[in-house]
Amino acid sequence: MAFSLGFHIIFSCIGMTIPFFMAYAEWKWLKTDNTVYKDLTKAWAKGIAIFFAVGAVSGTMLSFELGLLWPEFMKHAGGIFGMPFSWEGTAFFIEAIALGVFLYGWDKVPKWTHWFSGMVVGVSGLASGVLVVAANSWMNSPSGFDFIDGEYVNIDPLAAMFNDAWFSQALHMSLAAFVATGFAVAGLHGFYLLKNKDNEFHKAAFKIALTFGAVAAILIPISGDHSAKDIAVRQPAKLAAMEAHYHTEKGAPLIIGGIPNSETKTVDYALRIPYALSFLAHGDFDAEVIGLDQIPDDEEPPVIVVHFAFQIMVGIGSFLALISLIFFFFRWRKKELIYHPLFLKIITFCIPLGYIALEAGWTVTEVGRQPWIIYKVMRTADAVTPMPGIQYSFYITLFVYSFLSVVLVWLMKRQISAVHVDYPIVTNQEKTD
Amino acid sequence: MLEFIVLVLSIAFFFYTLLGGADFGAGIIELFTGNKSIRPIYKAIAPVWEVNHMWLILAIVIIFNGFPAIFAQMSVSLHIPLFIILMGIVLRGTAFTFRHYDTHIDGTHVYYHWIFRISSLVTAVFLGVTLGAMMYGRIDNDPTSTFYLQFIAPWFNYFCFAVGIFVALIFAYIASIFILGEAIEEKQVRFYGILAKRFSMIMIVVGSVVLFLAYVYEVPFLALALSSPISWVAFAGATILLPLIWRDINNNRLQRIRVFVAAQIGLIMLGWAAAQIPILIHMKDGNHLTLYNSVAPDATLYYLTIALVVGTLSIFPSIYYLFKVVKFNPK
Repeated sequence: MAFSLGFHIIFSCIGMTIPFFMAYAEWKWLKTDNTVYKDLTKAWAKGIAIFFAVGAVSGTMLSFELGLLWPEFMKHAGGIFGMPFSWEGTAFFIEAIALGVFLYGWDKVPKWTHWFSGMVVGVSGLASGVLVVAANSWMNSPSGFDFIDGEYVNIDPLAAMFNDAWFSQALHMSLAAFVATGFAVAGLHGFYLLKNKDNEFHKAAFKIALTFGAVAAILIPISGDHSAKDIAVRQPAKLAAMEAHYHTEKGAPLIIGGIPNSETKTVDYALRIPYALSFLAHGDFDAEVIGLDQIPDDEEPPVIVVHFAFQIMVGIGSFLALISLIFFFFRWRKKELIYHPLFLKIITFCIPLGYIALEAGWTVTEVGRQPWIIYKVMRTADAVTPMPGIQYSFYITLFVYSFLSVVLVWLMKRQISAVHVDYPIVTNQEKTD
Repeated sequence: MLEFIVLVLSIAFFFYTLLGGADFGAGIIELFTGNKSIRPIYKAIAPVWEVNHMWLILAIVIIFNGFPAIFAQMSVSLHIPLFIILMGIVLRGTAFTFRHYDTHIDGTHVYYHWIFRISSLVTAVFLGVTLGAMMYGRIDNDPTSTFYLQFIAPWFNYFCFAVGIFVALIFAYIASIFILGEAIEEKQVRFYGILAKRFSMIMIVVGSVVLFLAYVYEVPFLALALSSPISWVAFAGATILLPLIWRDINNNRLQRIRVFVAAQIGLIMLGWAAAQIPILIHMKDGNHLTLYNSVAPDATLYYLTIALVVGTLSIFPSIYYLFKVVKFNPK
């Protein structure tokens, strides 16, 4: 399950953001009549079609897997947190239809209708993402029911959907999708620009994708801060694990890096910024931050995993935000440096970073909630299917998905190397001739 | 509210059988007729390919939101066939997309073809097996019984596989009719016309085998169907349509056939539902899961209804638009 989700996350993020790049490119084409943008729209649309198909099947798989793996969870939770899924089903449906119009409607529908269908793909894709995250956030912040004597009563799906965590999680996830995909797409085109520095097609692509990614990368720390303050109140165990914060104290330091040692309850080799954690978590340098010592042993999440994942996410996030600031400085003052080989190399290096951060962030939220599947209500171990031999299903899934990922990467490589054949290189030189 | 939700669920299943079925059937036809079917099949299903499978997602979402007990029961007892279905859906979907977008034509395409074809057949059969298991009445929650009795016996039997083959044939039949409507060349029209007729003949044979096995294994469905007048009428109607469809195939009334076949499939499903409903899963111990005892609380149904109303109001016009753009536009 974890594995298919991890796989699905990447596809959905690509599927929910590239449509915006594509729609923007088409808008530019309609405005400027520059065919480079039309080629770009078509090339991106092709990529989306592949990712959407894989995302759709992996999504179908997940909707089944919820039950196949966690029947006990779904039996009780299905009726409570199912509402975002029913909306998501609709949004996804609309997305598929709009994509059909976009891909097969070139020359058949009016130009602006075509552009509009592209926008619909993006908006409904983003909406699906937000809705699914709303369902996930319910597991972190269960609400909309009363749990009395082992029974789930007074169910209110609306309250369940708009639980305390949904907004911060949905915002953070959507921004992360833009960061990761923006940088990855820009990196790919940057890679080809390194080989072929006057290619207008890749230049336009690079700039559009990186702009989207950079805006999101600058906004995401703000949303991250909002999430952290939220977690400090709602899920102190998770925050404590993220920060490897073993002892409850006032004026707690922020621990950066280091190796948490669960024997001695200390963090070795770490950098400590005094009072910073109290400030970040509660907006007050002297606030008390609950440590792992206040969490019962059998409710403690795996500290090492959560702490490392959190460090990776924040590290990459900060790095990408810095790159984004540099990029905007270039756009503002030093336009010629945008396509400087060194900058292109750095962006190419960033291709996987956003996704690594994404997976790390997801690890933080999911592993940080353990041992609960529904926070403080149901333990993960109680939700799992009674069928013995479930690990075989898992191994097969793992195998199929790994195989698919390899094929997909290989296919993308074939696609992109075909770009030069499908869209002959237009350089500034030739255009002025 | 419950009625409305069941209505939308039925519509979703109906369209999934028709459109998703055409899609599975296309793969099955390719399996038996080889490479010459690739182009007409692609032309017929590609533009609506994604949309066809959304119906299943919609149906699953309604079930796990509105009838969580059904979803949980199926996921436990029918884990293995459902897992095979999932793998099939993933493999055939990706193979179909990859082979279209992979612009290099080389040896790889042979793999795409065979993965698409074989997984189409396997998935269709196991969809039927799952359906059969819901009717078969051997699903058991007794935790003391063996692994075989709990997780294999409910679906691994002649009856369920006969239903599986029947479902696969229905899909192949729908697909041949669907492609027939898109075919332009005289040769193609004749080819898919003959194919459709053959599939419908085998369907009658396999359908009889299903009924015979239902009698042999005392499947509760049979008695229910025999005592339901609506089932009688619906199944009779579906049978009467068959000679009409054959005549239209001979006379090239290609658009009308589609309507007839859709009606025929609708009648078969109605006949099934009239016998089975309100029971959804027949249990070994007699505590059958019905629409009423598996339903989610009222508050959930209320919001699910709102979601579905908004959903249907936005989905149907846009689907109509999509089909109008890509299907009825010869340009």
